[in-house]
Amino acid sequence: MKPFTKLRGIVTLLDLPDVDTDQIIPKQFLKRIERTGFGQFLFYDWRFVDRNQLNPNFEMNQSRYRGAEILVTRSNFGCGSSREHAPWALLDYGFKSIVAPSFADIFYNNCFKNGMLPVQLMEEQVEEIFRRVRRTPGFQLHVDLERKRISSDDGLDFSFEVDEFRRYCLLNGLDDIGLTLEHEGKIRQYETRRSEASER
Amino acid sequence: MFEKIWEAHVVHEELGKPSLIYIDRHLVHEVTSPQAFEGLRLAGRKVRRPDLTFATMDHNVPTTRRFLPIEDPISAQQMGTLSRNCKEFGITLFDLNSPLQGIVHVIGPELGITQPGMTLVCGDSHTSTHGAFGTLAFGVGTSEVEHVLATQCLLQDRPKTFLIQVNGKRPYGVEAKDIILSIIGQIGTGGGAGSVIEYAGDTIRELSMEERMTVCNMSIEGGARAGMIAPDKKTFAYLKGRQYSPVDFERAVETWKELASDSGAHFDRTLNIDAASLAPQVTWGTNPGQVVPVDSRVPSPVDFSDPNARKSAERALEYMALKAGTPITDIPIERVFIGSCTNSRVEDLRRVAQFIKGKHVSPKVYAMVVPGSQQVKRTAEKEGLDHLFREAGFDWRESGCSMCLGMNPDILKPGERCASTSNRNFEGRQGKGGRTHLVSPLMAAAAAIEGHFVDVRQYKLN
Repeated sequence: MKPFTKLRGIVTLLDLPDVDTDQIIPKQFLKRIERTGFGQFLFYDWRFVDRNQLNPNFEMNQSRYRGAEILVTRSNFGCGSSREHAPWALLDYGFKSIVAPSFADIFYNNCFKNGMLPVQLMEEQVEEIFRRVRRTPGFQLHVDLERKRISSDDGLDFSFEVDEFRRYCLLNGLDDIGLTLEHEGKIRQYETRRSEASER
Repeated sequence: MFEKIWEAHVVHEELGKPSLIYIDRHLVHEVTSPQAFEGLRLAGRKVRRPDLTFATMDHNVPTTRRFLPIEDPISAQQMGTLSRNCKEFGITLFDLNSPLQGIVHVIGPELGITQPGMTLVCGDSHTSTHGAFGTLAFGVGTSEVEHVLATQCLLQDRPKTFLIQVNGKRPYGVEAKDIILSIIGQIGTGGGAGSVIEYAGDTIRELSMEERMTVCNMSIEGGARAGMIAPDKKTFAYLKGRQYSPVDFERAVETWKELASDSGAHFDRTLNIDAASLAPQVTWGTNPGQVVPVDSRVPSPVDFSDPNARKSAERALEYMALKAGTPITDIPIERVFIGSCTNSRVEDLRRVAQFIKGKHVSPKVYAMVVPGSQQVKRTAEKEGLDHLFREAGFDWRESGCSMCLGMNPDILKPGERCASTSNRNFEGRQGKGGRTHLVSPLMAAAAAIEGHFVDVRQYKLN
């Protein structure tokens, strides 16, 4: 996994609460057996009018947001299905960090497993970012995972909370499986204990 | 109960880090597993406990004639990949031709793979279903599927606990589905975030095992990590004699009896529901929390004080093509889907078959019944339920997830309106532009017959 330390990037907006993973990546695109190539189908039913034509009314499609790496959205983002295809699609499209007042549990967890940072801010702080992004074309945010701060050139500066262990893994690009396998001895002990208990 | 199971599964704990917990059962399906197996292969890892891992194909299997080759080449590739992976890594697979194939959350309990006191995961959010057995069961992403395959463990932060007590006598026509829909309506789709819900109270105790599965199934729709119900005599009776049930069953029951929460156990949050006051529920919007009783009207965005909820409602009404103030019973229905891991078990089919006996699906409606598994299908056919369905004009299909998520050819056309016993009414969930109303099996059956929603409490039984 690629480490995530700092990011400075253009911000795009998705002004809806409760965005579910069916919207992030509709089911007809879940049949691939790779982790890549999902970006072209991100928010498919919203982004496209038909196969070849972008929906001009979908805010993210405006040219001012081209090249965005940070998505700012509303509460309960990523609810619904556990499909990891959702963070894969966001990542493949170019997003490296997502900012919202709250996230659904499985989605939140899935982001970290893929080197993408979900940042939870307060409702008012997210609202403030929305205002500034709409006011300033090309608006950028700096996301600093080391200092746990999110800021902008025009003076925004918010701190955010993130679980220490998750932060550590993301900063160092650590693979969970590798970490768990360091406890191989304990896993084996547990299994032995359990099988003895069931034979007793 | 949650604490007892959690403590019994901690392999390693360290301050400031998530706990490493042992996973007793891992269920695998074709959609969320290919990348996990590929990850193992790239890292040169094996499946640690193939004996605790079970796989099936359910999400994109066709529900029409099974003996024909699968028309969709990409679906076929995904299923072929699962077969190859199971063979390579030595995992038991209930494939398309298996008499035990079915929706992963139907076959787990049906085969006795799901047992009280266990931890169980699957790369599917509706894994919460298995909590009906007093199992700590939750959905995980593909990276975690790979993690469990490789280590049989998961790194997990200890969730909060949420007790929901349901007491009182359920009126006629109010089903398990209505209980859980009304709970989600109250707590919202994010209301259970970070929590494991325990459902308790007289009403829950009186539910059958299959009804309890319906309740636990939709815990995720309230945002919860898992939903659980303490095991009791009904649980033990259900599991007795199942294929993968413990050999020394009586001894297992003795340990299972210890699982129930102690009186006075602490919960981070509690909620009380009066079952006697519940009515059959119908969702009007595009998330399962947007739900009202059948005898009310489509709400107006101005009814919501929270600006986000208002915006959501506006958008949902537009997508659903509904006008605020319309009585729910005036909403016309064109499609009916009875199936999914929420409501496709044999009791659901029996209740519906009994209900539709002597009636016929409205000429304006296309209705289908998709049993949850091949075993459910055979049981139903043995009892002649398939004849009742066919006579009444329902299409009788093979088992699978089908139109719950429309990964197979069973989808809605744009604009079609469907009464569905499934669990998600998200935009496009059942097909792009399709409009889904979540309801109980009885409500779906009544809508199929009348061509619009009806209050099943007032519906005359023949």
